[in-house]
Amino acid sequence: MNITYREAVRSGMREALQRDPRVFLMGEDVGRYGGTYACSKGFLDEFGPERIRDTPLSESTFVGAGIGAALGGMRPIVEVMTVNFSLLALDQIMNNAATLRHMSGGQFSVPLVVRMATGAGRQVAAQHSHSLEGWYAHIPGITVLTPATVTDARGMLLTALEQPDPVFIFEHAYLYAMEGPLETNPVAVDISHAAVRRPGKDMSLLTFGGSLWKTLAAAARLAQEGIEAEVVDLRILRPLDRDTILSSVRKTHRAVVIDEAWRTGSFAAEVSAVIMEQAFYELDAPVVRVCSEEVPIPYPKHLEEAALPSAEKIVRAVRRLLG
Amino acid sequence: MADFVMPTLGADMTEGTLVQWKKRVGERVTKGDIIAEVDTDKAAIEVECHATGIIERLLAKPGDKIPVGTVMAVIREEGQPAAAPSRPQLFTPQPVSTQPVLQPDTGTAASPLPGSRLRISPAARTLAAERGIDPTGLRGTGPEGAITLDDITRAAKGAVGVATSANAADRQARMRQTIAAAMARSKREIPHYYLSTTIDLSRALAWLTAENGRRPVTERLLVSVLFIKAVALALRQVPELNALWKEGEAVRSERIHIGTAISLRQGGLVAPALHDADRAGLSELMQRFQDLVKRTRAGSLRSSELSDPTITVTSLGEQGVETVFGVIYPPQVALVGFGKVVERPWVADGLVVPRPVVTASLSADHRVSDGHRGGLFLAELDRLLQEPHAL
Amino acid sequence: MTPTPSDADTRAQILRLLGEIAPEADLAALNPDVSFRDQLDLDSMDFLNFVVALHNTFHIEIPESDYPKYLTLNGCAAQVAASRT
Repeated sequence: MNITYREAVRSGMREALQRDPRVFLMGEDVGRYGGTYACSKGFLDEFGPERIRDTPLSESTFVGAGIGAALGGMRPIVEVMTVNFSLLALDQIMNNAATLRHMSGGQFSVPLVVRMATGAGRQVAAQHSHSLEGWYAHIPGITVLTPATVTDARGMLLTALEQPDPVFIFEHAYLYAMEGPLETNPVAVDISHAAVRRPGKDMSLLTFGGSLWKTLAAAARLAQEGIEAEVVDLRILRPLDRDTILSSVRKTHRAVVIDEAWRTGSFAAEVSAVIMEQAFYELDAPVVRVCSEEVPIPYPKHLEEAALPSAEKIVRAVRRLLG
Repeated sequence: MADFVMPTLGADMTEGTLVQWKKRVGERVTKGDIIAEVDTDKAAIEVECHATGIIERLLAKPGDKIPVGTVMAVIREEGQPAAAPSRPQLFTPQPVSTQPVLQPDTGTAASPLPGSRLRISPAARTLAAERGIDPTGLRGTGPEGAITLDDITRAAKGAVGVATSANAADRQARMRQTIAAAMARSKREIPHYYLSTTIDLSRALAWLTAENGRRPVTERLLVSVLFIKAVALALRQVPELNALWKEGEAVRSERIHIGTAISLRQGGLVAPALHDADRAGLSELMQRFQDLVKRTRAGSLRSSELSDPTITVTSLGEQGVETVFGVIYPPQVALVGFGKVVERPWVADGLVVPRPVVTASLSADHRVSDGHRGGLFLAELDRLLQEPHAL
Repeated sequence: MTPTPSDADTRAQILRLLGEIAPEADLAALNPDVSFRDQLDLDSMDFLNFVVALHNTFHIEIPESDYPKYLTLNGCAAQVAASRT
């Protein structure tokens, strides 16, 4: 059955709301408007204003309230409109959500799920287009998920709600309208392993989130040239599944990391460092990164395209790597 | 991290072949432990390590020919985290040449010029080492001409079987060539001077006969041990002879390690060290000497025994030779020779009497010492051999 | 009664000991009346080791002054036989 990514997120939240009375959704425009990306359309009527709560435009306030609710035994889903705005809540996320278990000596849990859109590609300009999930992956104490498929978009949310500690889910805004097959009877989806989306022996293409589809497109084109690229969807940025990355690189001996964030200090840099540290002697070529240009994501379509990773850029990187 | 490098086991050694590792990755080693067995042109040598810690990585595999000074293994010293920093001079196999390349030892390992480092991927380098392929001549097909796994695989298909260990005849020939190189270098570089003196051995032999009469057959001493001990003690008086020539100057050795020339039954010779010979008693020295001869001939010497001698003692009396004019083994600066113990007319107290005598000779490096000091050394040697009980 | 080892056995044992010291030597060609040291190129260390081996094998005391008696195969065999009487 093919459904959209948006439908998948909606279906996951709906199931959670139905089966667990502790679950509630909170965020800007999630109620009357049905969600900025229409992920909660109809929820207000179905579940009522107690459980579908529109909030003021104050990320720090409602993420903080979510942390409080989680401490109090609830299972809040907090929707932050985009990762760009989550910076206003960074103090709550970093200094409270991520630390309380540690600072209370394990006495307090913060079973909070925060969803937010990330990424560019829709001409909404710099303040709505950045990819900062790599920053969040820097923070111990939280889990960082980047679902790229409809199955993950739905299933990761349900698994996240079962976690005792905060989970941050980054949904690439470009993907909401994308359709994909939902696996029948999807129950819980594992949130500890990366997934090999396309097997291959010549090259490892390591990516996550919105870049997965560009990477798969690149792999398909490379296949026509006789280059068998393996595509690994990292899925979880923290804790990173190093084993899957390393076993792929040990097989192919070459790696390209694709990350829509800026190259400098990117999550791709982390992946590259892991490979250098743990598989240096397996490498037959330097690790290459395909990232965004080091500019605020531009508004004009041609400039935005030029700034972002693309299948074409990935193919070029692979060819360069093969000499 | 400590690097375990192919040691110089004598001035004439340019490379060695790894026979086997005696330790595994992850295993703990203590300074002085035997870590590997290495085949040189002269013998199979048990190589000791100079660090204490955990074996982090073994870079060479049995059969690899490894130039002196090349990193063969990495030892993580106590208290250091596990890590694999990149290092400039890891082991890569060298071409297996049928013509041994002999060059004078410069005292340091040859390191490649900064710009000339081989452009090869880490994986290709690893595979090349495993397959025993020398990547230096290969054409790289990777990015910017780098040598890749494919290039090594292709080269491996083209390469014929690689000889890893030499048979006895080969070793014989190679030993001849290494001795040739070392001796030619010695005569080319070292301005030798030669002194000799005839020493009355009647007291020493009388003492030895009495001493051996008291000792069970398993503990008896040979006269050569008296010679070795006397040389060691005499060196304390003339320490400039107990030195190594390094980079244009003599560096005196605090410790006295006597290289004892031991001929091999198949031909050739080796002069492994009796460490701190001046400090060992005669019984201990005899025991160690016996063990050293046995192991030399069995081909199981340790690396320190080959690399440590600070002077050489050679006895050719067994062959009936009366006087030795030895060639110094670089980088040492002196060699002491003993001939056959013979009965000769001797004038004592105005009377001509038969006495057992030996001719002791000194070959010394005139850059380091002069005949006057050499003469003092032989006089001291004579004096010491007149008081055998004090040895 | 324990059978006395034959002279042939003794000689075989002596040759075996020599073979351990000079593994490359052609012992079959050894002249029993000529010194080992000349025929097999034994040095004093080799000879000492040989004497020690004789001592350990035949349990005989060999004072240093007797060393010359052990320089040939016939001499050794005679000394070993004498020690048994």
